[in-house]
Amino acid sequence: MSAVLEVSDLAVTFGTRDGLLKAVDGVSFSVSRGEVLGLVGESGSGKSITGLAIMGLIDAPGRIARGSVKFEGQELIGKNENTLRSLRGRRMAMIFQDPMSTLNPVLRIDTQMIETIRAHEKVSEKAARARARDALAKVGIPSPDERLLAYPHQFSGGMRQRVAIAIALLHGPSLIIADEPTTALDVTIQAQILSEVQTLAAETGTALVWITHDLSVVASLADRVAVMYAGRLVEEGQVADVLTQPLHPYTKGLIESVPSRNRRGSPLAQIPGMTPSLACLPEGCAFRPRCSRATEICLEAPGLTQHVGGRRVRCFHPSSNLGGGA
Amino acid sequence: MLVYIIRRLGQGALVVSVMASVVFLAMYAVGNPVDVLAPPDASDAEKLLIARELGLDKPLWDQFFVFIGNALHGDLGKSFVYNEPTLQLILQRLPATLELAVTALTLAIAIGIPLGLYAGLKSESWFSRIVMSGSILGFSLPNFWIGMMLILLFSVQLKWLPAGGRGETVNILGVPLSFLTWDGLRHLLLPALTMSIYKAALIVRLVRAATRETVMQEYVRFARAKGLSRQRIVLVHILKNIMLPVVTVIGLEFGAILAFAVVTESVFAYPGMGKLLIDSINHLDRPVVVAYLMFTAFLFVIINFVVDLIYAVIDPRVSLVEAKG
Ligand SMILES: Nc1ncnc2c1ncn2[C@@H]1O[C@H](COP(=O)(O)OP(=O)(O)O)[C@@H](O)[C@H]1O
Ligand code: SF4
Ligand SMILES: [Mg+2]
Repeated sequence: MSAVLEVSDLAVTFGTRDGLLKAVDGVSFSVSRGEVLGLVGESGSGKSITGLAIMGLIDAPGRIARGSVKFEGQELIGKNENTLRSLRGRRMAMIFQDPMSTLNPVLRIDTQMIETIRAHEKVSEKAARARARDALAKVGIPSPDERLLAYPHQFSGGMRQRVAIAIALLHGPSLIIADEPTTALDVTIQAQILSEVQTLAAETGTALVWITHDLSVVASLADRVAVMYAGRLVEEGQVADVLTQPLHPYTKGLIESVPSRNRRGSPLAQIPGMTPSLACLPEGCAFRPRCSRATEICLEAPGLTQHVGGRRVRCFHPSSNLGGGA
Repeated sequence: MLVYIIRRLGQGALVVSVMASVVFLAMYAVGNPVDVLAPPDASDAEKLLIARELGLDKPLWDQFFVFIGNALHGDLGKSFVYNEPTLQLILQRLPATLELAVTALTLAIAIGIPLGLYAGLKSESWFSRIVMSGSILGFSLPNFWIGMMLILLFSVQLKWLPAGGRGETVNILGVPLSFLTWDGLRHLLLPALTMSIYKAALIVRLVRAATRETVMQEYVRFARAKGLSRQRIVLVHILKNIMLPVVTVIGLEFGAILAFAVVTESVFAYPGMGKLLIDSINHLDRPVVVAYLMFTAFLFVIINFVVDLIYAVIDPRVSLVEAKG
């Protein structure tokens, strides 16, 4: 499979009063056609910024400090705004966390859909409307003709997120970045939307980067998973491998803190300590203050190492039940 | 909708009648109009005659009830000075003031919205800083001072524009309008500019604040992620959201301009309603003052009503049917 998206050594910094914050620091991963990559990590670990950087939507005081984003074989870093604009919404799309605020409250749904089509293609208003209508029907919105004339506040949260997904799908992009799109929804709706998106993406071969802090979502949706901590990628691999045999202590902690049916009653194991502030990261491994395996050597920064099964981990002491090293 | 209109009218009627009573009594307390109206050498007998003619010889409460009785029949009395129905006097002056207010507000909007939008989008640029400093100046300079400076500069020094009065008018459907003639426009420009500076400063700051808040909204980010042009994002997505607070303020300011054109009209000797009010207060012409204030309160009620209607049109979330208060 050819890579639709190849991110390498991406770094995003924010110039703030506390100095330069490295919100994303040397992140690399790739996504192939039809593949679903889950990007997980606690809040503040740099997932959204990674997604926005790929889309070219980082605003001051943020800045892409280094790295490369190759999309469909084309380097995006350093491309002018017009080129990026013509890719956004057409070849690559993004949906956001809060469906209550992603749609413009004073514009009708048809306006917001038709403008997306006509931003990229010279088509008549009528043709665009028909396409918008079909897109709504495809994401499971009943009586789409009527709903086109409605305003966002006339939809429920789940329905609004469907509209956003329909908008993302309008041009049949090869990549969709979904930034926690189901986090704000209740569990039933979340499950419905997940399975629908999975079907739609599989049908069209669209690659998905699904950002979430919820490992159960990753388990049910993703092919591969990448785990971020304090702006860095700490572990990456096939979902089945990573979830059953996490190599990194942070990944292990995340998995153990997921509530699950067969462990009901027993207290959840929380990762001790707090997410560090980017302004004062510890020297060496950023996870060190919270890590039970930490030793002297962890005072140096661990690099990303390859392991069997195409896995990568950033740790001096990965779990050893799996013959590591490379 | 009907309930809404009836409630609105009820509130309006209450405001107007309370205000009329207060002003009536206050004007009584200020002084005796007969002293002003009668020639300086008039004898007491002559003064009594004038007072009797105007109904001013009766006790206060009698005068008040006569006034209320007439007002309920739509008769707001006659001017002591002009001996004409007050409402007619006011309505004769209305077009001039209306014209001035509309011109001033149009100028304020034409200056305020683009500058505010720019200052909100590019808040770090030096031009935005200049705009914001300028708006503070526009806020703090008193109206009459701006008016006099403009007269000094454009009329006295440069001799480009007339210093006062209303220019040539043409009658459109019986209404004398001056903005359709070159001479009228020239007379209109300075007073309108004087009144618009404060409003423009207000609109600049309002639009800038709203813009800064709006650009951070998730829907703006989503609009960018859709690949829309910057132009479309600013002129449709951002501007339409900004119009909500702007319309409210513009509506209120329109009422304020109409009601308080007094100062500017005096500075420019512009024959509008404000000038009429000042003259009437000086002459203790109570019926005109009372009718003027009732009429202005009525205008406020109408304007608020229209603002609500416009609001409902541009904000789909607002529905007049379930409007609360
Ligand atoms: N506008 C900003 N200014 C300064 N720092 C920012 C800004 N946006 C994000 N950051 C920093 O980037 C970090 C990562 O943010 P984000 O990618 O949103 O995390 P998440 O993984 O929860 O999506 C945050 O912890 C914050 O320190
Ligand atoms: S490198 Fe050391 S401190 Fe960091 S996660 Fe691995 S064992 Fe823990
Ligand atoms: Mg986030």
